[in-house]
Amino acid sequence: MNDADEPATGASLWQRINAFHDELFVAPWRAGIARQARKEEEILVALLFLEALGIPGPADYYALELYPDLIEAFHRWHQRMGMETFPEAGVCC
Amino acid sequence: MPAFYLIVITLGAFYLGYRFYSKYLAERVYALDPNFKTPANELADGVDFVPTNKHILLGHHFTAVAGAAPIVGPAIAVYWGWLPAIAWVILGTVFGAGVHDFGAIVTSARNRGQNIGTLSGKVISARASTLFLLIIFFLLTLVNAVFGVVMAILFEAHPGSVIPAVIVIPIAMCIGQWVYRMRGAVLIPSIIGLVLLYAAIPLGQAYPIHVDGLAEMLGLSVRTTWVILIFAYTWVASRLPVWLLLQPRDYINGQQLLVALVVIFAGVVVGWDTITAPAVNEVAEGTKHWFPYLFITIACGAISGFHSLVASGTTSKQIANETDARYIGYGGAMGEGALALAAILACTAGLGSAADWQTAYANFGAASGGALGNFVTGVGHFLSNLGIEASLGASFAVVVVVTFAGTTMDTGVRLQRYILEEIAELAGFKALVGKTSLLTTLAVLIPLALALVPGGEGDGGKGFAFGQLWTLFGTTNQLTAGLALSVIAVWVLARDRNPLAAIVPLTFLLVMTSWALVLNLLDFLAQGSWMLLIMDAGIFVLTAWLILEAATALNRQRRSA
Repeated sequence: MNDADEPATGASLWQRINAFHDELFVAPWRAGIARQARKEEEILVALLFLEALGIPGPADYYALELYPDLIEAFHRWHQRMGMETFPEAGVCC
Repeated sequence: MPAFYLIVITLGAFYLGYRFYSKYLAERVYALDPNFKTPANELADGVDFVPTNKHILLGHHFTAVAGAAPIVGPAIAVYWGWLPAIAWVILGTVFGAGVHDFGAIVTSARNRGQNIGTLSGKVISARASTLFLLIIFFLLTLVNAVFGVVMAILFEAHPGSVIPAVIVIPIAMCIGQWVYRMRGAVLIPSIIGLVLLYAAIPLGQAYPIHVDGLAEMLGLSVRTTWVILIFAYTWVASRLPVWLLLQPRDYINGQQLLVALVVIFAGVVVGWDTITAPAVNEVAEGTKHWFPYLFITIACGAISGFHSLVASGTTSKQIANETDARYIGYGGAMGEGALALAAILACTAGLGSAADWQTAYANFGAASGGALGNFVTGVGHFLSNLGIEASLGASFAVVVVVTFAGTTMDTGVRLQRYILEEIAELAGFKALVGKTSLLTTLAVLIPLALALVPGGEGDGGKGFAFGQLWTLFGTTNQLTAGLALSVIAVWVLARDRNPLAAIVPLTFLLVMTSWALVLNLLDFLAQGSWMLLIMDAGIFVLTAWLILEAATALNRQRRSA
């Protein structure tokens, strides 16, 4: 269990039982689900930032307002893809 | 003999094994160090490496290693009498599975949580990684084939269990949606899910599902139709996101497992049933003898290589303290042994008189094809001791086995997809790489072809070679255990400690597996079962390869020590 997920000191018995039980549910599949979520995020980021990669993206016009929210995700993505800093100036780093 | 005595003897032996032998392993063989910084602490990333409470981890490890296999194997193996079966479960658990599961966690944790495949390449030889990949390919193919047949056998024999077995799917999906979309706690929905599942059992009895019409339309037998439907479902299920179906269904399995264990043991105690099966069943000359077949018929429940995949794949990455490995590894093995004990009790004390038992276990074909039916009948009887109607109890047992088998197939097809992709990459078949649909189709078609192989002794397999497939599955499972024990033995020897605790079960398993494979080979040759013959020959080559690799690595390590 992550420290952040632990019930605060003084939590009721019911909260503690719930937290223990939730952890029983989550622990076996934590890694598998995180990997799946990351894969989905990678596909989404790659699609939305096609323009930044020099490829015309058909959804770019409609996704413009999402960019400020996704810029951190894009930064993590290009680092995972092996680029410590993104070469295009003004994109993220 | 009252069945209760068997519970006392087995659990007593497990207690002694845990109290004394696992202590010896912890101190002298694996030399656990409470100050060692485990990968969960050293590499903590909140995803793979997470320090986890040891009770939670035991629950996770136990439910991951337990499935339908520790039920099916013992339910077949009591064909040779209850004594050989229970003796192998006790000795296998205490001196085999305990050492293997415990050792796999420690060896992996001492190597930054690497899995047994990577470790075999590192500790034994670079070739051993390829060997591991091939063993897993055979293991998964056989797992998916046998569990496809298991589910078909049960659905055909118990059409009243189809609705409760199927209703698990929407219940699991609702729990998944609740947890991940609504961000709610799991406890209340999981209890509601369990109530709904059990409420569906009488509903299923009232509305049994038959596929006779569809079978007639397709010109196939009912069982073949069920096998095809099950594999078609698996193709879809294995493509769904893990959180939507696999995770919550796996969780429901854990609940089912605990409920099943409690009701079986409670039923035995309340009913004070006696064992009506013979201690040793003298089988006809020329048919399968317990030596060596017992040791591959019961893999899960005595010792199973599949556990090393769980131990080194996820458990080792989550242990918060190295000393927890004893509790989780050895404890998990004992839990699986207890499930095997429950299956043995159901099939030796739950079937009625000695004559009824002899009818159910007339020959190996009847024993293997009817194993699940016998388990289900036995559980139904134990539940009737608790005041629940036997037919409802039987449906409950079917649901338990089917949900286990379904989850195993879902996971198995997913893993087989990855393994096929890896093999395709190694072999240079670029056309297959990244083609998820094609790979999933192959991962379904290969075991489906095997599941439909005709044959089987007697009428038990009802046209399928279930008994033979089960023994082949056992050999690959033991082969995986052999590979893990080789890694553990070399690792222990490299630290100047006595590796006999690993070498003795390793040698025993490899000898018994090779022996059974040769006997099977001769059988398949005589029967002209070419597909099974090729599988058997392939597994035999892998066994010989493993023996050479293990002997060379141990010898090299001994010389350098």
